Amino acid sequence: MNPTPVHSLKIIAAVLTKDLRLEWRNRETLASVCVFGILVVFLFNFAFEPGREESLRQLPGLLWVAFAFAGVLCFNRSFALERENACLEGMALAPVDPGLVYLGKMLANLIFLCIAECVIVFAASLWYNFSFVPSLKWFGLITFLCTLGYVAVGTTFGAVAANLHMREVMLPVLQFPVALPIFIAGIEASTGALKGDPPSSYMSWVKLAAGIAVIFVVLSYLMFEYVLEE
Amino acid sequence: MGKTLPTIHFLVTLVWMLLAFWMIFLYAPQELTMGEVQRIFYIHAPLGWVAGTAYTIVFISSVIYLWKRSPAADDLAHASGEVGFIFCSSLLFTGPLWAKPVWGIWWTWDARLTLTFVLWLLFVSYLMLRSYVSSPGRAATLAAVVGIIGFVDVPIDYMAIRWWRTQHPQPVIAGGEGSGLDPRMFLTFMVCVGAFHCLFSYLLARRLRLARARREVSALRRTLALRYPEE
Repeated sequence: MNPTPVHSLKIIAAVLTKDLRLEWRNRETLASVCVFGILVVFLFNFAFEPGREESLRQLPGLLWVAFAFAGVLCFNRSFALERENACLEGMALAPVDPGLVYLGKMLANLIFLCIAECVIVFAASLWYNFSFVPSLKWFGLITFLCTLGYVAVGTTFGAVAANLHMREVMLPVLQFPVALPIFIAGIEASTGALKGDPPSSYMSWVKLAAGIAVIFVVLSYLMFEYVLEE
Repeated sequence: MGKTLPTIHFLVTLVWMLLAFWMIFLYAPQELTMGEVQRIFYIHAPLGWVAGTAYTIVFISSVIYLWKRSPAADDLAHASGEVGFIFCSSLLFTGPLWAKPVWGIWWTWDARLTLTFVLWLLFVSYLMLRSYVSSPGRAATLAAVVGIIGFVDVPIDYMAIRWWRTQHPQPVIAGGEGSGLDPRMFLTFMVCVGAFHCLFSYLLARRLRLARARREVSALRRTLALRYPEE
């Protein structure tokens, strides 16, 4: 084992490409996550009557509820696959830093969830007659930062939940309270961005989201060793 | 250890709790605007302090467990999680009792209430996690991981929620200008904080004794099974 940066990057890339290749071959995760996210947006359509003013107030919350549930599906799936084929043991036994395995899995989940979010946002934009184009830069940045933080904890808790009975229920129970600040920051900041407020008015939320993302990635990187061990 | 120490612990807790309740109802002066209702504060706020202490113990013993792998640290984390859950639930129960007459509503999603609810959820998920893992060694490690991440998350939650909204009364102990209590109220409050911590430590000790007994029983079972494989 040679812990040079290049070697570490190779390990991360190996886990990431493995997940991407697997997804490319069966396309199960993305299909289910996207459809599920769209369904959430669709159901909200019946819960609230969307007018333009209304949708401005509701859209960020609605989107984050859809992202949150889509994420749960994504993280569950990410480790259910590993578990089915006893790959978790293989990963635990591999002579590499478990933190690197975590980063690989986390990046794969980040890519999947970001793609799903694009689909969900597109559907919401269409059905609520709301254009995201004017605020796309800030909305995109905020959503990406919050998604990074969410995926960071979600990947760890997905691995924890893979060890449990009732893992489908336990994953949201474990991660929603912890991910709460991400949801708050994401909703507050994107409300500001979608309204077209000056970025300075919601900058503190963007900084908070970035800080949370960093803390959760570092914390999970350090703790993953204990999650993997048998 | 024998029975002496637990008995003394029990008696101290009992006397201290009785003293606390005497002070709450007979010694502390009546509050000017809220009246008698305010007295629940002497029970409510210490419960919050104890819930915080309990979660801190969960965090510290989780760190020690991952570091030293000592079963005692795991027992302490589990016991503190269970007892803390009871205190946190009581905190959530006594809050609305006070809020209804004073604010006119049972509940509001203000910063501290939300944070308390999040803390309660963290306790719940921590305990649920423990009961859904079949192997005890695995449960201990995973619970430690969840306990640590949850604890680190509490201050971030606090910051996010405080920026979001706030309605809870500002801290009266060590708050800013113009805060402060009548000395008798302050004394009552501190006696209550001590009493509830004493109660907590007593329950924690009992729960730890139970955990130790469980370990002994399962060790004895294993020995017996080895010696008489037929049974």
